[in-house]
Amino acid sequence: MSLIKSSLARKYVMALSGLFLVTFLILHVTINLASVFSPDFFNEASHFMGYNPIVQFLMQPILIAGVIVHFVMGFVLEVRNRKARDVGYVKYKGSANAPWVSRNMIYSGLVVLAFLALHFYDFWIHEMAYKYVEANPEDPTRYYYETVEKFAPFWRTILYVVSFVLLSLHLWHGFASSFQSMGANNKYTAGFTKFAKIFAVVVPLAFAFIAIYHHLNPITH
Amino acid sequence: MKLYLKIWRQKDASTPGRIVDYTLDGVEGDMSFLEMLDILNEELVSKGEEPVEFDHDCREGICGTCSLQINGEPHGPDRLVTTCQLHMRKFNDGDTIVIEPFRATAFPVIKDLIVDRSAFDRIQQAGGYISVNTSGNTIDANAIPINKYDADEAMDAATCIGCGACVAACKNASAMLFTSAKVSQFALLPQGQVEATERVQNMVRQMDLEGFGNCTNTGACEVECPKGISLTNIARMNREYLSATLKG
Repeated sequence: MSLIKSSLARKYVMALSGLFLVTFLILHVTINLASVFSPDFFNEASHFMGYNPIVQFLMQPILIAGVIVHFVMGFVLEVRNRKARDVGYVKYKGSANAPWVSRNMIYSGLVVLAFLALHFYDFWIHEMAYKYVEANPEDPTRYYYETVEKFAPFWRTILYVVSFVLLSLHLWHGFASSFQSMGANNKYTAGFTKFAKIFAVVVPLAFAFIAIYHHLNPITH
Repeated sequence: MKLYLKIWRQKDASTPGRIVDYTLDGVEGDMSFLEMLDILNEELVSKGEEPVEFDHDCREGICGTCSLQINGEPHGPDRLVTTCQLHMRKFNDGDTIVIEPFRATAFPVIKDLIVDRSAFDRIQQAGGYISVNTSGNTIDANAIPINKYDADEAMDAATCIGCGACVAACKNASAMLFTSAKVSQFALLPQGQVEATERVQNMVRQMDLEGFGNCTNTGACEVECPKGISLTNIARMNREYLSATLKG
């Protein structure tokens, strides 16, 4: 019980849920890159993800729970942290001792959360309606067209790219930070931090590339 | 040099405070920051005004008594120094300097720039000690061999003077650098192993009870710490706490 209530337990929860979401990003970006390089493989992978019962009814709920846990705990921590300084400074020079990203995780996180709402509206709700409400027959060839068409409007592409920039900032601090929270700070830390920073740039960059690529290369038929 | 000071004045814990402007002339670069405040206070006293209350004791950077948030940073703009070691040569003629108390809900203001840091004492009392037989059978600490790396790390952690700059610098007013230093200085030594499990749990529990914020790993505490206490101590505390809790 002491573990659940303690401030350190909240750190562990943030770190572990964050790491879990990072592993999901690897899967997501890999499949999405296929939409640029191999539409057939993209269709195949998307269909598998959409109809495999383990993915749909076990992994998908776990993923959604991971997002909720990460967000709710982040919000709880933010409220508690604000309460820890009831009277603020007249002058506070946060930039003198800590990077902007590390001090504003709540804001980059909120942008990513808002993006997730749009992303769910764009793809997930449509997918649920297609399969379970309209009860359409399986069509393993539809995913590529549906994805590319989504990026036809300029506004959506821009919103996605801006969100990926904020995701990058969030990962820039969060990914490397998660290992410190779990107690790992040793001879491997410098190397891991470097890897986490590269990851924080490369993965969102790949997502942005995919969005821009499909915007610039619409399907003409 | 001539300085424009904006100093937090607060009569007592229950009276709201405010920033009061002072102009101070004749400040020399060789003065310490506290000597500059001494001169201001002499002027205030000679005018029949109440002097600015601030904490100080050894004035050589080892006791951890002085504090002050100076222009938005604990212990001012210099690194690895306490306020008493901060020289006025770090400032320029005509500068405006904002001087505030360390801010945290767990560090309530007592008067002006003095805050109550007894929360740190209570964290220390919760587990920052080892039980040693002092009935005449005390074993010489040096009788137990300790490898150089661990001894150095423990010593580095033990250099924490408990000034509270880590809390003051942290955007969350977190006391994890302090607490982790006090956990680490024992966790690294064989003498600290007997109470290791209870120590980290009790100290973290007390830290939470005092109302300090959580750690976001911004690293601000490490940068502002006058003794250069490292973030590796926080990782060690996180590790110790996790293993202590899993052990039950």
